Amino acid sequence: MSKEKFDYFIKGEKDKYEVVIGLEVHAQVLSKSKLFSGSSTKFGADPNNQVSFIDSAFPGMLPVINEECVKQAVRTGLGLNAKINNYSVFDRKNYFYADLPQGYQISQYKNPIVGEGKVLLDMPYGSKEIGIERLHLEQDAGKSIHDMDPSNTYVDLNRSGIALMEIVSKPDLRSPDEVNAYIKKLRSIMRYLGTCDGNMQEGSLRADVNVSVRKEGDKKFGTRCEIKNVNSIKFMQMAIEYEAARQVELIENGKKIDQETRLFDTKKNETRSMRSKEDAHDYRYFPDPDLLPLKLEQKLIDDLKKSLPELPDKKKERFIKEYGLNVYEANVLVSEKEISNYYEEVAKLSDKKLAATWMMGDLFAMLNDKGLDISRSPISAKHFAELVQSIKSGEISGRIAKEVFEIMVETGDNPKKIIESKGMKQQSDPKELEKIINEIISRNKDKVDQYKAGKEKLFGFFVGQVMKLSGGKANPQLTNEILKKLLKG
Amino acid sequence: MSIDKEKIKDVAKLARISVNEAKVDSLTKDLNSIFKFIEQLNELNTDKVEPLTSILNQSLRSRKDEINDGKIREKILKNSPKKNEEFFVVPKVVE
Repeated sequence: MSKEKFDYFIKGEKDKYEVVIGLEVHAQVLSKSKLFSGSSTKFGADPNNQVSFIDSAFPGMLPVINEECVKQAVRTGLGLNAKINNYSVFDRKNYFYADLPQGYQISQYKNPIVGEGKVLLDMPYGSKEIGIERLHLEQDAGKSIHDMDPSNTYVDLNRSGIALMEIVSKPDLRSPDEVNAYIKKLRSIMRYLGTCDGNMQEGSLRADVNVSVRKEGDKKFGTRCEIKNVNSIKFMQMAIEYEAARQVELIENGKKIDQETRLFDTKKNETRSMRSKEDAHDYRYFPDPDLLPLKLEQKLIDDLKKSLPELPDKKKERFIKEYGLNVYEANVLVSEKEISNYYEEVAKLSDKKLAATWMMGDLFAMLNDKGLDISRSPISAKHFAELVQSIKSGEISGRIAKEVFEIMVETGDNPKKIIESKGMKQQSDPKELEKIINEIISRNKDKVDQYKAGKEKLFGFFVGQVMKLSGGKANPQLTNEILKKLLKG
Repeated sequence: MSIDKEKIKDVAKLARISVNEAKVDSLTKDLNSIFKFIEQLNELNTDKVEPLTSILNQSLRSRKDEINDGKIREKILKNSPKKNEEFFVVPKVVE
């Protein structure tokens, strides 16, 4: 990979500004039931049908923690190379909102379950480490629906009480591109671990984005604004760009930036102040008297650590070493667990390098085109490997392979069958090729003379003719060799 | 630590408790005397004492990840001052 230089600055009238970004990512824990109740977490159920008396805060109900959610948080912490705290405490974060029936969210404040960790990003300008400040467990709130009734808001508590992991980064991010890479990396790690499905459309992964700016070279951070609850990478990037420009303009006009909570309006593409959150930072946290501190046995942590799957960073190293891929190829092929599994299956049965090239080219383009995940690819890994092998062995040319590929997508047939039934095998018999080439030479005497007189560009014309006559099946290497030889003669 | 009238009003607002002006004075007095008592406790050195989180010698109870609750929408919505068949209905709150 070429080493570009980092270059994301906001240019004001007077100065150049660096953008400083920290993210609080809310990742929904993959579990069957909620953090403190036995209601289902399944997405898309009928409104208020997955709500217990605990989730709706009926008087006298007591929370009991879901042990799987605790394990999921520990696994995620281990995946982030973070310190796992054997002792953590649940606190109440107090605020009033219609979709928060308790009047407080059970969260972790002073003593989170996971402490400092780190995530590695591969940027065009090199590898960059992003610090993780902490990860804590908390309850999700319900959902307010504003567009079903002109004068009322409807509240659905199905989401109320589902376990979230809040993953707080250090203010180490410096551009929308780094935010993109960071979210994708986090999502990839959690999907490998099976701790969060990372589905942003369903709200399983969303983030509060903290943005501040400072003059290039300044050591002190500027005043930051927090943009609440952004639910796609693209919106995060747009919000950051807008917000950074807004702050630079304020500074250059001699105005002060208020530390405040803002929201990103996706229709107007702007951030604006959330007046309702003026008091919001006074949450009056205190330890939840309904819950004792969470103590984790070291053995549990060690056992979970042993049972972790191979994670993207490790897998990437292995792919480079074992399969001879370059960093870029390895990064793409480990980005998702399903992609890496598919590749390994193909690589086991065919040429490793060629398999990577064809996967990242034609296969990904086709999946992208059809809007399919690799797990739903119309071409199985086994058939794909056979195709790669047919190219490698010279049985078919790359051009023909593209045709075979198209037919495989349509029919799901195996490539051998397609190649045979359609007579697509590459012409690699020198005698046959000589026959074709001699015919072309005799038909194009004038061009042959020009070629011999030094017009070497005409070589391409002859190759084209051979391909045409052979129906695209002539072996390109052999064609070149024989052509050169016979043209000389 | 002491607390003034403004703080009393502020905390009351955050906790959604209505406090009439006449009561602010007596509340300020009461709370200040409570804080004074708490501050007395600070005189004790507790450096080597583990925080007491519960008087019961127990650890946090946990449960298995199983679905065994929910599907009681009627009961959940029953006491709501305003509702329809599926939702709680509240005054419009829009940013």
